[in-house]
Amino acid sequence: MNSEMFIESDLNRTNKRTQALYRTLFIIMTLLLILPVVIILGTLVYKGGGIISIDFLFTDPINGMTEGGIFPALVGTLWLVSVALLISVPLGVAAAIYLSEYAADNWFTRIINLAIINLAGVPSIVHALFGVGAFVIFFGFGTSILAASLTLAIMTLPVVIVSTRESLQSVPYAFREACWNMGATRWQTIRRVVLPNAVSGILTGIILEVSRTAGETAPIMFTGAAFFLPYLPQGVFDQTMALSLHLFVVATQVPNVPDALPYGVALVLIGLVLLMNSISIAFRMHLRGKKKW
Amino acid sequence: MTTQSNQLASFDQRDKEWYIDKAIQIIVFMSGISAILFVVGIFAFVTMEGFGFLLKDFSISEFLLSPWWEPTDEDEPTYGILALVAGTASVTGLAMLVAVPFSLGAAIYIGEFASGKKREYLKILIELLAAIPSVVWGFIGLTIMNPLIIAVFDVPVGLNVLNAGIILGLMAAPIMTSIAEDALKAVPDRYREAAEALGATRWQVIYKTVLPAAKNGLLGAVLLGVGRGFGETMAVLMATGHAINIPGSVFDPVRALTATIAAELGETAVGSTHYEALFTIGIFLFLITFIINLTADLIVRGIRKQ
Amino acid sequence: MVTTTEITPKLQVKDLTIRYGSHTALSGVSLEVMPNEIFSIIGPANAGKTSFLKVLNRMDTFNSEMKYDGKIFFNGLDTRHLRNHYALRRRIGVVFPLPVGLPMTVYENVALSPRLRGINNKAELDVIVERCLQRAALWDEVKDRLDSLGSLLSGGQQQRLTIARALSQEPELLVLDEFSIAVDPVTTMRIEEVLKELKEEMTIILVTNLVQQARRLADRTAFFLNGECVEMGITEALFSGEAKDQRTIDYIEGRFG
Repeated sequence: MNSEMFIESDLNRTNKRTQALYRTLFIIMTLLLILPVVIILGTLVYKGGGIISIDFLFTDPINGMTEGGIFPALVGTLWLVSVALLISVPLGVAAAIYLSEYAADNWFTRIINLAIINLAGVPSIVHALFGVGAFVIFFGFGTSILAASLTLAIMTLPVVIVSTRESLQSVPYAFREACWNMGATRWQTIRRVVLPNAVSGILTGIILEVSRTAGETAPIMFTGAAFFLPYLPQGVFDQTMALSLHLFVVATQVPNVPDALPYGVALVLIGLVLLMNSISIAFRMHLRGKKKW
Repeated sequence: MTTQSNQLASFDQRDKEWYIDKAIQIIVFMSGISAILFVVGIFAFVTMEGFGFLLKDFSISEFLLSPWWEPTDEDEPTYGILALVAGTASVTGLAMLVAVPFSLGAAIYIGEFASGKKREYLKILIELLAAIPSVVWGFIGLTIMNPLIIAVFDVPVGLNVLNAGIILGLMAAPIMTSIAEDALKAVPDRYREAAEALGATRWQVIYKTVLPAAKNGLLGAVLLGVGRGFGETMAVLMATGHAINIPGSVFDPVRALTATIAAELGETAVGSTHYEALFTIGIFLFLITFIINLTADLIVRGIRKQ
Repeated sequence: MVTTTEITPKLQVKDLTIRYGSHTALSGVSLEVMPNEIFSIIGPANAGKTSFLKVLNRMDTFNSEMKYDGKIFFNGLDTRHLRNHYALRRRIGVVFPLPVGLPMTVYENVALSPRLRGINNKAELDVIVERCLQRAALWDEVKDRLDSLGSLLSGGQQQRLTIARALSQEPELLVLDEFSIAVDPVTTMRIEEVLKELKEEMTIILVTNLVQQARRLADRTAFFLNGECVEMGITEALFSGEAKDQRTIDYIEGRFG
């Protein structure tokens, strides 16, 4: 009896040791995934941090983009993102309302869901080809903010649809039933009860989309973004510079660029993107703390 | 009495709210089907622009099997994508070698070992990593990985399969981690409890119960990573070295399908054979990623049905 | 020539069968509910009571699994092919056993239905909200915090809020499904008193698992069991030994259910 217990505890100890071993292994793997990125970000800050200043953000590039700031690229990204959002947010929110509130669970809805998954999976350069074929050439918008933003909007549409649908679905079904029982139409129910309780979640998704849209390069290369423009865009039919493309250009296309310049551009771009993501995450955490039911 | 009942029954009229509801229903329905419209539209427009090539010069065997992509050759331009496919495949393959074990490991740690705040923070970190734009990754390959590879492996150029593979692996890993973690989370807790009741350790539970149960979801995560690797453009454009080449080792520079379009589309005349050939590559990419995504979706849906 | 047959029943159900897919929840029920009566339905769980209520206001249109055969007339109008289901539901107030306070203020919970009808005048809404909360025996408890969230009230309060909301529809037919589950006995008695008053203005269908509640309130009572209507009659008659079916007698006397 005694020896049996001893054997069992010995076995337990071996088990515990293997478990600790695996646990450590997985921690190391997780860290190996994260650490390189932290080092990379550190390098970006180290090499590009010095160049960033108010002047850098708010002056034009000069001397063949080897000196000066990034103001037109910043403004251009703002244009591209705003116009893309104006298109994708209403469309995406409406599509999500359809899928969450109206669509029956049938083959047709499954096809729509499949289309959304595929839209998200199509390579960004194929979106660019579509933008060229459809908006630049077929609809005759030329290479313009409109064509580029339309391309971006369609590319990021799945982000809006999926996050909005999730927010709508998080509103309990019982609230809808209570409203329907009172004679509210589906739309009255959505407007009075579902949307007001999903709107913060939808906003979180939209901020995430801003970040996605601002970082994209391939879809705008041939549809509306230019390497260098000495003026700011005046409307949606103008071309524009963009931060993401500007990084590509100063990193690969322009000779004699001082080292710090592309690092600075990369830092601004990544800072913008991570800021948007952090806002979105903070917003989400804040919401989770505020229960309404 | 009949008049009274008629009057009582008269509520059955369509009012303003009824018509508003109908109108909204039509609007949101149209928005819903727009997703289908866009996917079909992408295929249609890319095919339309590439159609000329398919008609006049297209030889499927030459296009797919010739390693010579020489669209600007003055005497005899050739349009073979084999070397480009090899470039994309080698980079994606290496990326998966990097990303699959690490993202699986990270998913297991986050999903099964870590708890509470630690888990929360790790998930946020992974989410932030996934947000880094691909052009920034390309820039990192160009400026940080390039000299690092030259120094470590003593090779003349550091822009090659290895560089792009690692970059793409780091890029794809966060997304694969979060999808894999979702797949682990989808395994009901009663599986774990049942195994634990039999005296299994946490690792035995994971290895013998959770991983087999989450198999399909994990496979879906890998497939989505492959799809992402195939479609990635800016990072591979900047980090591969951009030389048309069937690689013999990881230190060879290559060129990817996507990068070829990105690099050459700006220099071609609309409607030229070269331009049409680039769109034909687009059709090829569209079809490949379509099949990958479809398969991944079917596999993932498979687990949900169980 | 004034005979009772000439009064249009508020509700007329003919040979009603309800199915969810292949499962039959209710079969072959026929009954009539007259204006300004309290009609109660008693019976154990799974008797088909709740399914019955769901087709009364055509909530089956939101559930593709749910199908019904037979005919339902509301105010003499066949509700099978309505042009506007919403208008029918506006005339039927429903209170379900699990209370649902909507995630808006107490005030807005009660003002919602009037707003849906297009009433937006603040003074008018104030009157409606107070009256409905009074009737639902909730006013005294919430009058000082009308702007707190309805979904965060206690279960019993939410149930009374749900009743107030149903009353705010100014319904012709009020349907209550085991309303007293989430409410304490004292409040239950208060609401029962209110129901007796409301009878003057509307027709009431009361589904209850409390046999004595049916006896206290209902003019007529139907006994549902396993998807069938076993027996129906004047409440007092059923309870004073005139029930014909042995199962009814057993249920009333508490031998099962």
